[in-house]
This record gives sequence, C-alpha cells and structure tokens, in this order.
Amino acid sequence: MLGRYLDITGVGIEFNTNGTKFRALQNVNLKMEKGEFVSLIGHSGCGKSTVLNIVAGLLQATEGGVALEGREVTDPGPDRAVVFQNHSLMPWLTVYENVELAVNQVFRKTKSRAERREWIEHNLALVNMDHALNKLPGEISGGMKQRVGIARCLAMQPKVLLMDEPFGALDALTRAQLQDSLMRIQAELGNTVIMITHDVDEAVLLSDRIVMMTNGPAATIGEILEVTLPRPRDRLALAEDPDFVHLRQQVLEFLYAKHVNPDSKSREPLPLHGAAEAAEGGRPSGGDRPSGGADTEAA
Amino acid sequence: MSDAVVALRPDDRFGKMVTGISSKSFLEGLVLPAIGILVFLLVWQFAANRIDTSLGQFPGPVQVWQQVQNLAVEHQREREKETEFNQRQEERNAKKLAKNPDAVIKWRDYTGKPTFVDQIRTSLLTVATGFIIANMIAIPLGIVCGLSAGMYKAMNPIIQVFKPVSPLAWLPLVTMVVSASYTSDSPMFDKSFLNSAITVSLCCLWPTLINTTVGVAGIDRDLVNVSRVMALPWGTHIRKIVIPAAIPMIFTGLRLSLATGWMVLIAAEMLAQNPGLGKFVWDEFQNGSSDSLGRIMVAVLVIGLIGFALDKLMLTLQKHVSWDKSAVLR
Repeated sequence: MLGRYLDITGVGIEFNTNGTKFRALQNVNLKMEKGEFVSLIGHSGCGKSTVLNIVAGLLQATEGGVALEGREVTDPGPDRAVVFQNHSLMPWLTVYENVELAVNQVFRKTKSRAERREWIEHNLALVNMDHALNKLPGEISGGMKQRVGIARCLAMQPKVLLMDEPFGALDALTRAQLQDSLMRIQAELGNTVIMITHDVDEAVLLSDRIVMMTNGPAATIGEILEVTLPRPRDRLALAEDPDFVHLRQQVLEFLYAKHVNPDSKSREPLPLHGAAEAAEGGRPSGGDRPSGGADTEAA
Repeated sequence: MSDAVVALRPDDRFGKMVTGISSKSFLEGLVLPAIGILVFLLVWQFAANRIDTSLGQFPGPVQVWQQVQNLAVEHQREREKETEFNQRQEERNAKKLAKNPDAVIKWRDYTGKPTFVDQIRTSLLTVATGFIIANMIAIPLGIVCGLSAGMYKAMNPIIQVFKPVSPLAWLPLVTMVVSASYTSDSPMFDKSFLNSAITVSLCCLWPTLINTTVGVAGIDRDLVNVSRVMALPWGTHIRKIVIPAAIPMIFTGLRLSLATGWMVLIAAEMLAQNPGLGKFVWDEFQNGSSDSLGRIMVAVLVIGLIGFALDKLMLTLQKHVSWDKSAVLR
C-alpha cells in the first residue's frame, strides 16, 4: 500500500445547538496523493465546507480523524492554508502587508528580511498582482482580492491548499480567468488541493478526482469520479471533447437525478437529458449560486 | 489576464469640490446654521426680557457678551497682579542677597483667586486625566471581554450594575478613600483634583468598555479563521487583527466616554467644591450679584462649546487613526 499523503478516515461530526443534536457528516473517507487536485461537489448544506474545515483544523470531528503525512490534524495551521470564499483579506492592510502577515509568521526564522520580501513579491507575481502591492483591498476588484487571497495561501507553502468555493462570488469571466491561473500555478508548483465548488464545469476542468457528496443530514461521499483528461487542459478545446462532456454529464446526473437538491424535493427527478438545462435555468429557489462562465461556454 | 483596475476610492467627492462650491452647499453649509443661531438669539432675548428673578432679569445675549468681556478683563488683571507680585518678590530677594549673600531666600507662589480661564484649564486637565485613566483600563478589559465569552459573562453583571451609577453617588466614597490613602507631605496632585479625576474615570469607563467588547466580539469570523490558519501568536493577533477591526467601535466608545466624562466633571466640581468650571458656576450662584446669572450663562455656553470641541477632537483623531478613510463619520 502506498504511503497516503492526506488521509480522511471515518470522519463524522455532530453539532449541538441549544440542546438539539444535528448530525452533519457521517463516515467520510478519502485518501489523497501528493500533488492531487480534488474537488468536493454537492448541494448547499451537504457539509462540503464542514469537511474542509475539519481538514483545516477549524472544526473538530466528533469521530474519525484526518492525518497529513502520517500526523493527525488537531489544530489549524499554515501547512493547511485555506482560501475563503469572500477573500478574507484584512481591509486595513495593503496587498503586500496581507501576504506579509502570513509570510512573517511562517518564515520568521528560516528566511531573512530580504528573502521574505522577495518571496512575497514572487507569490504576488504568480497571481499577476505584483502591480498593486500598495493598494488596499477596498481599492481593487473582487477578482483581484481573490488573487491576493490565493497568493497569501501559496506564500505559506502549505502541504495542502484548501479552497472553499474560491470563485463562487465572482462573475463568469473573472472566474474563468482565475481558474486558468489556478491550473497554471498548480501545474507549476504541484500543490495538493482540495476545492469546494458548486460549478460542475469548474470541477471537471480543474480536478483529478471529483468527490460527490450526498445531501445532509448525515451527508457522506456518494461517488468519486476520476477525471483522466490529459493536462494541460484548455477550456475551449474541452468544450467539444466527448470525454469532457461525458464526465460533466455524470456529475450532473449525480447532482440532479440521483441526489436532488433537498430544496426541490417536491419536484420529479429530472430526466437525464434535461439535467444540463436544469443546471442552467431551472435552479431551485434558495439554492446554489449561479454557476460560472465555463457552464455557459459548454452549453 | 489581469483584471481591470477598479478604483473604489470616492474620488467623485473630490470632483464636486473642484466644480466649485454650489449655491446649494453654500446655503446648507453656512446660511442655514447662521439662521438657526440668529433665531435662537432672538428667542433667547425675547424670553429673557420676560423672566425676572431675585437676582434681576434673566440675562439676554447682550448682557452675556458683556460678562464675557468682564471675565476676560478680570483674567488679564489677575495675570498682571501676578507678574507684579513676582517682580516685587524678586527685587526683594535680590536686595536681601546683596546685603547678605548667605541669606535664606523664600519664594512664595502667588495665591490670587483663580480666574474663569484658570477654571477652564483645571477642568480640562481633570477631564483629560480621568478620561485617560478610565480608558487605560477600559480598552484592554474590553478587548479581553470581547475575545473571551467566559470573561464577558463574568464581567457583564458588574458592568450592568455600575454603568448607570451617577457620579454624585461615587463622589463621597472617592473623597473619603482619597483622603485616607493619598497622604504625602509634598503631594504631586491636589486631593480635590484626584477626587474629580477618579469620579470622572468611574463614570466614563463604561461606554468604552461596552463598545470595545461589542466591537471585538463582532469581528468577521473569516478574519479570525484566517488568523487561526496562519497560527498567529496572540500578541500579533490582537495588534494586526483585533484592534484594527474594532477601531470604529472603540472610537464610538471613546467619544461617548469623553462626553460622559465632561458632563460628570461639571457636576462633581459643583458638589465637591473642586476647582473648575463647576465650582465657578456654584460660586457665582452663591455670590448672588446682579452679574451672577450672566456669568453663569457664559459658563453654560463655554461648557457646551468645549464639549463640542472635545467631540470634534476625537472625531479628528478617529479619522487619523482609522484605516477606512472613505467611511462617513459624524
């Protein structure tokens, strides 16, 4: 058996709010290799973020556990950097200072002041943000903020990069640009990534494996889909690619036929061919965020 | 690839200024307040003419203005007397030394009656001292209460009980404690000064404490999580995340606190006969001359103006310290 890099074993969690117990996750098992890109996909409220937060150490599992390189995860730490959905930059620090805060913490002892400065600038250059070092987050666009948020995480040199719907709040074009950036960076640095997404095309485009989660309560992993598309991947070429279309169809089938969004349970499960259209137009109210550019292009 | 640069700075505000002061903003900025003040003065004059007291007619704007001038003249005269006194003393001492180089020289400070200006100075110094003492306690304690729910629960009953206590209730206790514990042959502060300052502290502690607690407890969860992921040590966490995030609420507290402190101070001075504007008002009331009401009215206006100025001062400080330069502060 190969030495597993990240090992999520039998993880379950129960929340206790005002005496009422709520079981969010049950028996989640996932093993990842180094350098692997895994997407978690599922309907709102299925506990995707909870899984991510347990890996990050921000939440403690009720049972089971997470091991990274054979060591159990108990606390949050920079080796499991998290990109949050709404960028979460400190609005009172400039772009440079936001990354500096992380770098000073992680490399205080191992890098000199000049090396740290170079490292901060290098990471901001990776996400094409080296032109705005002295801008405050309030002065740059949403997409740029998320780039800085990614740079901050990359600069910590995490063993696993955790991304919680990193592009969910962005418009379609910006989202596509950032997906391309992320693919380029991941190819270059070989990061191990877990990304949560609502966007089927995003998942297929970026991932090595797609982990599809069942609906809560007591959500767990429903199916795991291997994405064997060769890299580097090009979104335009893939739009026509039969393998891509087939993979996409499989995810849609899981989400919209086998595990209908709990908000729309009253509706008939959709026939397979209508599934793609359902993803486009017939989105249930109070459901997911509109999915991004890749969707529109592929349809 | 890179996103278009979107400037979110409110530069258009600047644009308005460049296009010239429009007649509307001129009207709103100057004319309307002027009309308000004028109407107030007229109503005041009209009402004052109809109020007779045992100390004569209630002072209108004109009489009050005369008292302002009187107080200024008195202040100058007192200062002149002081300089003369000091000069005479120096001359006398010089003569003594000329006669006998070994003579023991005595220096006596001038002990004239404090003028209105002196009273203002004392009041400002007292409120500043009380305010600083209070907030050196309130801000750190507020941060602790905001960060720790347990600490907040422990502190909350105490805060709720002491917050509504009037300064006048504290004052006798403070006076007794200070006179019992502050015993020194060459005291750095007057006891009366300490009494007022501590009473002010006890009352202006609470707004900052409560607002700081709320501000710190309300920090965006995501920012706290970012800090946890970076594993920031608590000192850095407080300096780089907690304090900047809570600055707006801390300043709200500070402004309320200073306003409370200023109100409390006048009352404390009046009751405890501590020097300051409150004592000035009380002395004039006891004095009961025909000028007294006018002089008290001057004090009332000065107290109001200083309160206003102190708030503006805090606002300026807030603008200077705050990271969010585009926030509208009022």
